[in-house]
Parts: sequence; structure tokens; C-alpha cells
Amino acid sequence: MNEHPKKLLVIIVEAALEKALIRDARQFGAHGYTISEVRGGGDGGQREAAWEADRSIEMKVICDAAVAARLAEHVLQAYAPNYAVTMFTTDVGVFRPQKF
Amino acid sequence: MDPVVLFFILGVIAKLAKSDLRLPDAMYEALSIYLLLAIGIKGGVELAQQPLATVLPQALAAMAMGAAIPFLLYPILHRLGRLPKADSASIAAHYGSVSVVTFAVALSYLIKQRIESESYMPLMVAVMEAPGIIAGIVLARRAMQGKASGAPVNSRWGQLAHEVVFGKSVLLLLGGLVIGTIAGPQGIEPIEPVFIGMFKGVLALFLLEMGLVAGARIGDLKRAGLFLIAFGIAAPLVLGVLGAVVGHLVGLSLGGTAIMATLAASASYIAAPTAMRIAVPEANPALSIGVALGVTFPFNITLGIPLYLQYARWITA
Repeated sequence: MNEHPKKLLVIIVEAALEKALIRDARQFGAHGYTISEVRGGGDGGQREAAWEADRSIEMKVICDAAVAARLAEHVLQAYAPNYAVTMFTTDVGVFRPQKF
Repeated sequence: MDPVVLFFILGVIAKLAKSDLRLPDAMYEALSIYLLLAIGIKGGVELAQQPLATVLPQALAAMAMGAAIPFLLYPILHRLGRLPKADSASIAAHYGSVSVVTFAVALSYLIKQRIESESYMPLMVAVMEAPGIIAGIVLARRAMQGKASGAPVNSRWGQLAHEVVFGKSVLLLLGGLVIGTIAGPQGIEPIEPVFIGMFKGVLALFLLEMGLVAGARIGDLKRAGLFLIAFGIAAPLVLGVLGAVVGHLVGLSLGGTAIMATLAASASYIAAPTAMRIAVPEANPALSIGVALGVTFPFNITLGIPLYLQYARWITA
């Protein structure tokens, strides 16, 4: 089967940003996303998902490199100054390119 | 001491001792939904029998008090505590809003002391959730005018109102109140064993979880500093007096006045942190949550509530 190159953009943020991020992803041209609840910690402390304000999410977006770059830049500009944000991209191969 | 408070202390000890005890996330969620609904239903059953002319002025007074509290606290936090404007507004909003669990512990304390309170008091909790948060956002917006705000696009008023009113705490409390009012005592009878009979046991379990959560915030306090720790104890002591005065003026009973004092003294940790995180992102949540959950909540459920009942006794005497 043919593999087509795409970008996987992973954004780990506070759960309070979920709705805003979904809207942004759509707006910047992503066709879909996957969100899961996660736990973790960093220099700013630990986030243990123990209650509402302590939750974090991981959002995965598979999209074209240009879309990933625009979305990542927006996240850095809009949220990174005031929220805990971890973000990275990696190259992935997909089988149905039209889906992403 | 009420056994539910001992569950809380057990949770704090478990956290401080670095125990591996951790309630599953789904359990926290389920317990909090249960508590909010149960509190609402219990209040709703009785609300149907109350004349609107009695309840309405009391609810309006409670809302006005919730909205006024952040305006009282903001100058203290900003000028005296030298905290940044965003943090001062955010912390003030947490205290303007209310803590449902503190309310539940106060109810259970009054029942143990055999003191009657107006059974529709859950309505006061529901209406006091939002005004303090809105006042805090107004304060933050006013204070930070001109400064580019880092608030995400969804912090427009309409959407914020949606977050607060349809957030789970207000939705479930009001939903429970409506269900209780419509169903009445007979209608509620079949579900009574779950929603009324099991209440105290579930509250105990929830407080074990809250102990774990509060214990984890103690580290934040080191960063918060002495001023905030002192604030976390002094604010409820003073706000409790305000609540007792308001409760007495609107004609609540001894128990009702003690509850109103408790509500004024309590700080939100469900609705307020989420709303403030979205509306005032510049504020450091470790400070507001650290003081609300790490200082004021433990203080209120152990020493505060008996004291607020004392306030109510003094003022009604």
C-alpha cells in the first residue's frame, strides 16, 4: 500500500484550552484531531488530573506541513506566554491522504 | 469532629506521606456529580413549599454579596499584598464565588448539632457561584486596560457566561433543584435511598479525594508566600462576619445565617479556576488555587464552620 507523508503535530496543554484549540485547528485547516487526557509535570509543577483545574490534554493533529506550521505558530503566540504548552511535530505516513 | 472532616485529614496525610493512594479520575467526577445533584434535589423538594416573596430577596442579597466580595478583596491583595493586578483579580474572584463542598460540610455539621436551617439553601449556593466570578473578570479587565491581554478568543462575555451557567456545578445544582421541585417529596421517595440516604458516606469519600488534592497544593504555598497564607485565613474570618450580617438582615434562621456566613467565607475551586484561567490567563493559577484549596478550604471545614455558627449565634442573640 502507498504511504503519503504528513505531519503529526502534538500539543499538550491545560484542559481549559480544549475548546479554543479545537476551533483553532479547524480554522487553520486541519481535517480532524484526537484528544486524550494526560498527566505530567515540568518546571512549573505537576499536573495530576486530580480535579477540574488540574487536567491536561494531548491533542494530536495529522495534517499538511504548512497547516501544522501555521497552527503551531498560532499556539505559541496565543497561548504559550500564559499557559503550560508542550508541542512537537514528527513525520508520519498515512494511507488515505485525502482524509488529512 | 465530624467524621467527614477526618476523611479529609486522612487524604492530606496520605498525600504528605507520598502514599500511592489515588482515586480514579472517573470516581472523582462521579462523586462530584452525585454531590451536586443530591444537594440540588434536597433543596428543591422544600423549595416548592416556599413563598417566592421570601426566597427572592434572600437570593438577590446573596448574589449582591457574591459580586461585592471581589471588590472588597482586590485592593487588599493588590495594594497590601503587592500582588500583580491579574492575580489580585483572580484570587478575589475565587472568594466571591462559593465552594459547594464547604457548604455540604456546613450542612452536615448543622445536622449533627441539631440546628435547623432553611432547606432551600442550595439555591443560594447556585446563585452565588457566578456573580463573584463575573466581578473578578470585570476587575481584571478594568485593571489591565491598554495592556494586551493574552486571553484566548473564547473569552468573550457571551461564551464566558455560557461556561459559568452551563458549567457542571451550576447546571447540576439548578437541575437538581428543578427536579426536586417538580417531583416533590412523594416523587423523590423512590430515589431517596441513593440521593439522601447515601449522601453522608459519599461526602466522606469525596473529602478523602479533596484531602489528596489539597495536600498536593501545599507545595504551591511556598511560592505564594506568607501574605497569601495569612490572607487565606483572615479573608474567611472577615467575610464570614459579612455573610452572617447579610443572612440575619434578610431574615434567615440561626442555621441559615450560619450557612450564609460559610458561603461568604468559602472560596470556589471548581467553577472559578476554570473560568479565570480562560478569562484572565495572565494570573498564576498556583496562587489562587493554592490559597483557596491549600489554606481556606481546610481552614473552613475544620475550624471555620463551627466559628461561623458562633457568628450566627452572636448576631441572632
